[in-house]
Amino acid sequence: MLRKEVTPMRKVAIIGVGCSKFGVRNDVNVAELTFEAFKSSLEDAGIAPKDIEFVAVGSTGAGAWYEELLPAVVSAEYCGLTGAGLARCEAACASGSAAFSMAYWAVASGQAEIAGALGIEKMREIDTPTMMEWIGRAGYYLWEFHNFGLTFPAYYALYATAHMARYGTTEEDLALVAVKNHKYASMNPIAHFQNRITVDDALSSMIIAAPLKLYDCCPVTDGSASIILASEEKVKELKIDTPVWVAGIGYASGTANMSKRLNYVGLEASVLASHRAYEMAKVTPDQVDVAVVHDCFTIAEIMAYEDLGFCKKGEGAKLVREGQTEIGGKIPVNVDGGLKAKGHPIGATGCAMIYELTKQLREEAVERSRQVPMKNYIAFAHNVGGTGHYCYVTILRR
Amino acid sequence: MILASMPSIKSREVKIVHDIPISKTLKFWEGLKEGKILATKCKKCGKLYFPPSADCANCLSSDMEWVQLSNEATIETFTHVVVRPTTFQQEKPYTVAIGMLPEGVRVLAWLTGFKLSEVKVGMKAKLMAKTTPNGRLTYEFTRPEGT
Repeated sequence: MLRKEVTPMRKVAIIGVGCSKFGVRNDVNVAELTFEAFKSSLEDAGIAPKDIEFVAVGSTGAGAWYEELLPAVVSAEYCGLTGAGLARCEAACASGSAAFSMAYWAVASGQAEIAGALGIEKMREIDTPTMMEWIGRAGYYLWEFHNFGLTFPAYYALYATAHMARYGTTEEDLALVAVKNHKYASMNPIAHFQNRITVDDALSSMIIAAPLKLYDCCPVTDGSASIILASEEKVKELKIDTPVWVAGIGYASGTANMSKRLNYVGLEASVLASHRAYEMAKVTPDQVDVAVVHDCFTIAEIMAYEDLGFCKKGEGAKLVREGQTEIGGKIPVNVDGGLKAKGHPIGATGCAMIYELTKQLREEAVERSRQVPMKNYIAFAHNVGGTGHYCYVTILRR
Repeated sequence: MILASMPSIKSREVKIVHDIPISKTLKFWEGLKEGKILATKCKKCGKLYFPPSADCANCLSSDMEWVQLSNEATIETFTHVVVRPTTFQQEKPYTVAIGMLPEGVRVLAWLTGFKLSEVKVGMKAKLMAKTTPNGRLTYEFTRPEGT
């Protein structure tokens, strides 16, 4: 078990962030894609590759949906990072957050003054059924895929069915999440989708795994994101204008077998990870100004509201119906378009979430219409790996 | 400018098939041939495992016994998979459900013998061992007799 009181040895700040254009990036290979995000994060921080002592790389599909088995070394060489301490982290769709936490602890522990977290994924080099196959295997292959062929939408559909039966959540409620996230993606030039949709578009889209339809699902996306972290001493030395501080990190895991979960109306790993992060940051849900949550499927966003304490259990649908998770509402969620519409390049997502929140906290969201008004300058990232197999929660503060 | 088709080269082709060891759960796979669904139970702490486990995650004992499960399941959730993975392309869309057994363990398996509109959370289904026409050993939920 993790201990509850977490006392880092020193404060750690985010000093540079970068994110590539998300989408079908068949114009670049994995190393070239990484370079785009990495370069802009270095320019943002005002440092050079040689200043970085340790790099953690989050990526999941190495050798499966893209050709490189060791994306960390390939990308590090391409970005001029050879020689730095280096590792690839795997926490499925939370790999980027796992990399971020590794880089955080490298600095917090005193091992490094400056560390980097790179999230990278190249998902569009193989055909869609093969992608459904690989991701479907990401659970417990032997017991739940081999004979039963579950796909990722199907795993989340099991949650959707149970949530609808228990709390009366409807297909229209799920559609509202898609409509909201498409709206914000249309205001975010780096998002995969640039189009708004209506509830009718969502409800009339093809069934993928009932009750989930096409517009309930995130797209298959290529993308990279890069975060540079530094110690408080380095922040002063580099004269960083607006450092964004890492206030809390919480993590937890769930069973590999879906059949062994506590229930199908929420993710226990999200509840545990968020408790740990709130405790470390000494923050309560009502203090959060802006949140990004793991909306790989619309039902996942509704469950996240509940699991993370933004509302009571069973009231997630009400929150979206009332528009409380839009800008101007109680707690704006996924105003970058979310995984659902900005896109979900699996290993990049965790770092892309930190990118968005850092921009929000600095009040420099490129598109002013997406800037959330800040009251407490507290931002919250929730990144799930697999179907609740892993969870990372990160709380940032300016 | 990114176009739908951009210049690329094809990687070398590999075919991947894994030989998955089943020595420690062999009784389970043999049981399926005989129409039985077997679970393991830890002789030390009494914890019941399905899918069967040769080792106890609760007390770390490896002294396990085999027990046959009853076949009455209560469906807790389900989905109907329309867009299928590569290796399931030959199958028609299928329904997957999670059912709770009276022993307190859950099973995830295909659900057959019902119209999709008939499937409801909380309904009863029967858990059956099955050998597919091509010899694959599996198990599925079906309609209880006389319903």
